[in-house]
Amino acid sequence: MITWTPIIEKEKLTPDAGVCALVNGKQVAIFFDRKTDKLFAIDNYCPASKANVLSRGLITSVKDVLTVSSPLYKEHFSLTTGECLEDEALSVPVYAVRITDGMVEVTA
Amino acid sequence: MKRIIVVGNGMVGHHFIDQFIQQDKMAEVQITTFSEESRLAYDRVQLSAYFSGKTADDLMMTSPEYYDDNGVQYFVNDKVVSIDKAAKTVTTAQGRIESYDKLVLATGSYPFVPPIPGKDQDHCLVYRTIEDLEDITASAKESKVGVVVGGGLLGLEAANAIKQLGLETHVVEFAPRLMAVQVDDGGGKILRDKIAALGVNIHTEKNTKEIVKGETCRYRMNFADGSHVETDMIIFSAGIRPQDELARSFDLTLGERGGIQINDQCLTSDENIYAIGECALWQGRIFGLVAPGYQMAKVAVDQIVGSGDLAFTGADMSTKLKLLGVDVASIGDAHGNADGAQNYVFTNEADQVYKKLVISECGKKLLGAVMVGEAEDYGTWLQIYLNDMDIPGAPENMLVPPAEGGAVTMGVDALPDSAVICSCLDVTKGQICAAVQDGATSIGDIKTITKAGTGCGGCSALVTQVLNAELASMGVAVNTDLCEHFAYSRAELADIIRVKRIKTFEALITEFGAGHGCEVCRPTVANILASFWNDYILEDDHLGLQDVNDVYLGNMQKDGTYSVVPRIPAGEITPDKLIVLGEVAKKYGLYTKITGGLRIDLFGAQLHELPEIWAWLIREGFETGHAYGKSLRTVKSCVGSTWCRYGVQDSMSLAIDLENRYKGLRSPHKIKFGVSGCTRECAEAQGKDIGIIATEGGWGLYVCGNGGMRPRHADLFATDLDTDTLYKYIDRVLMFYIRTADRLQRTSVWLENLDGGLDYLKDVVINDKLDLNAELESAMAENIANYQCEWKTTIESPEKLLRFKHFINSEESDTAVQFVEVRDQIRPATPAERAGQIAVLEVS
Ligand SMILES: Cc1cc2nc3c(=O)[nH]c(=O)nc-3n(C[C@H](O)[C@H](O)[C@H](O)COP(=O)(O)OP(=O)(O)OC[C@H]3O[C@@H](n4cnc5c(N)ncnc54)[C@H](O)[C@@H]3O)c2cc1C
Ligand code: SF4
Ligand code: FES
Repeated sequence: MITWTPIIEKEKLTPDAGVCALVNGKQVAIFFDRKTDKLFAIDNYCPASKANVLSRGLITSVKDVLTVSSPLYKEHFSLTTGECLEDEALSVPVYAVRITDGMVEVTA
Repeated sequence: MKRIIVVGNGMVGHHFIDQFIQQDKMAEVQITTFSEESRLAYDRVQLSAYFSGKTADDLMMTSPEYYDDNGVQYFVNDKVVSIDKAAKTVTTAQGRIESYDKLVLATGSYPFVPPIPGKDQDHCLVYRTIEDLEDITASAKESKVGVVVGGGLLGLEAANAIKQLGLETHVVEFAPRLMAVQVDDGGGKILRDKIAALGVNIHTEKNTKEIVKGETCRYRMNFADGSHVETDMIIFSAGIRPQDELARSFDLTLGERGGIQINDQCLTSDENIYAIGECALWQGRIFGLVAPGYQMAKVAVDQIVGSGDLAFTGADMSTKLKLLGVDVASIGDAHGNADGAQNYVFTNEADQVYKKLVISECGKKLLGAVMVGEAEDYGTWLQIYLNDMDIPGAPENMLVPPAEGGAVTMGVDALPDSAVICSCLDVTKGQICAAVQDGATSIGDIKTITKAGTGCGGCSALVTQVLNAELASMGVAVNTDLCEHFAYSRAELADIIRVKRIKTFEALITEFGAGHGCEVCRPTVANILASFWNDYILEDDHLGLQDVNDVYLGNMQKDGTYSVVPRIPAGEITPDKLIVLGEVAKKYGLYTKITGGLRIDLFGAQLHELPEIWAWLIREGFETGHAYGKSLRTVKSCVGSTWCRYGVQDSMSLAIDLENRYKGLRSPHKIKFGVSGCTRECAEAQGKDIGIIATEGGWGLYVCGNGGMRPRHADLFATDLDTDTLYKYIDRVLMFYIRTADRLQRTSVWLENLDGGLDYLKDVVINDKLDLNAELESAMAENIANYQCEWKTTIESPEKLLRFKHFINSEESDTAVQFVEVRDQIRPATPAERAGQIAVLEVS
């Protein structure tokens, strides 16, 4: 059964930025893109820099793919697939995210 | 294989050797060179740059490695003392004997010192070699007043040098005017006024009789007319004499007044001995410039290993230079000696500009010209003269453009392909165009491929014009788009934001861009917005744009922790505040280090600790140091006249004031300042974007220096400024930089790429060429008025503090952050250590 964990009211999120949530012992990076009014969730661990920092990266679009650029060495990870655009061998898990009654919820 | 010996490794001797290397002819020859000096060839033309910060190494034109790699044998500190023409050998002072097939004399010249009684004492010097400059520097340290004997080109350069060394400066000239060779009476007068206005004392028509002990200074120079001047040191610059000693002793034909006689093939009276450069006499003339020497070198090379067709046919002696900041140029027959020549003269006493054209009897050809105070047209006029072109329109319109119909200009398009654009390296317009056709797109490419502009640099404006014209004719437009989201350069975006008063990224990208934005355009726009409007950078509209470090107002380290860097203006800190820093670091277990910028960095703070740490620091009177921003970092200073016994101004107070004035100023890249209390320069101000060095008369301003990856010495911008003017100039320079620089471009690179370079920047900032200064100053005033300590604003806004936690939904911290102890402090654990193989510290 899928369990959704409530995290925070959507209106408390800063647009075009990320936050990190603790969900069942996992670190989940949640991003809110204002332009498309969409939420994305991927793992917070950056496999390139080996640190839990992805939520602190900048949201950027690379030829129409929405990505986060890792804050330490700037690799791009797709917000929808978790793939690293620079290095095929690297990727991060992607999680489901939704809004219920104004509350952001994720499964992980 | 021919054995070649080159006597003298000066500019021309080296150029001669380098021709073999460049033309791939080293297999045919075995070259040995001897230098009387202690080092191999250096750039004598740029010698004076030594006083504006260039080192001997910077001036080197070759190196032992380069010669070794190419199989050139060399001996420094070894003078050639005799030639045996019959045996074809030379002998050196150290007793070396070497034989040759061809001997090349490139012995240059030596400074002429007039036979004045007293001339051989200490502190009586000349200006020719790096050693001379070292002597001058040493002597200046023990002197207050300096005299240069000789008001020619080199004399004025020497005067500039001792003025820069802080001495009261005098020039003593025998003739009634300065630069008598290159400049006529009218030009000489303006030149004199301008140089006198810079605080150099000029004494013309003075014949020095003797140098005796002085009353107020070390020496007194008595003149034939009964007057005198007192001085501590003297530099003789009364002309040069060809170094023809060897030729004289070993029976080569000399000119009546010296100089080794050569024919069109650069051959002396001995069929195996050539002479090139300043020691050579051709048709009764000595050429005291480097370009003719280079031409002779080329001819000699061609004689030895080439077709033998090249001949030396004389050289043009036109020159353009900047003496004590004054532009002076002379073309061809500057004195109008030719039959029927007609002079056209323009004098503007208010702006101190003098220009003269010497025009042929027919009114169509340019025979010569003099320019003082402004020499922008030099390149164009020289080309008209050299290529024997008809002048465009009426001569008077070349001097003063007619009010209607615009200036008479002559684009580079009008030049023939054969026009020599760079006379130092003998590069024609055709060669530059060919390089562009082959794919060169920048001035750097042109320099590498054709070598144009790598000599005196005087041709760089013209080379750029030819390059741009050729690129334009090929239809090449250089793409300066910032990224895929904006079809504008950073400077263009800055203009749009400023003129349209745009306040957010959304507004900008909607109207002027496309798509979402990326990590190039978002931080760039954030930075421009902050430079102009200085709003709080963590506003909702701005936060998503900021670079990694800006978002959390700290520098993210490799493990995701942050450094905390409070501002310590100019490095001055009370013991109490020092104790606070210690207590903070101790409480939070931070790694503590003193930085190169005179402050203290605390490393290893986690996100949730930042607000508590900063609240504490702010309570104790600290502010953010903006170490995370592309903005003013530090103003490095020495204690100056308050404590130091050499200090001439209070550098400490100035530095603190400057740091407070510009703190928080966001700019295309980080900016560093330095302030030294005297010319000993303990604060290394010349390695900074803005450097200030105290002088007796005020402040000297240096701009666009850099340490770091590509060090650059700052350029001297203005001297003896009062504090108000200093601030005005800095305001303007920085705002102009903010407006026009590229993304992440340090001031050093910006200046190097600025069309017109340092002169242009001076024109904008000092002469208000663009009528922009009032605007630049008020933009700076607006920025300064909107300053805030970003950390103070942040700890006062609870909703912003929400983001300063590792988890948005939990108070736990990141368990992956672990430390190891080294030298009694922490450092981040490596991945292996974290994986449990090695013990790590527990953190709270
Ligand atoms: C301050 C200054 C500014 C100048 N500015 C300009 C300028 O703006 N534009 C311009 O075109 N020119 C300028 N010049 C002139 C230019 O530097 C000379 O034209 C050029 O250096 C001549 O080169 P050269 O090789 O003939 O002589 P040098 O460069 O003088 O080299 C000769 C070398 O030979 C050595 N030597 C002499 N005799 C012997 C021997 N017997 N054995 C071994 N070695 C020996 C000397 O020690 C010296 O190192 C300037 C000169 C000075 C001093
Ligand atoms: S630059 Fe050095 S010598 Fe000069 S005032 Fe400063 S500390 Fe003293
Ligand atoms: S003319 Fe001197 S470098 Fe070109």
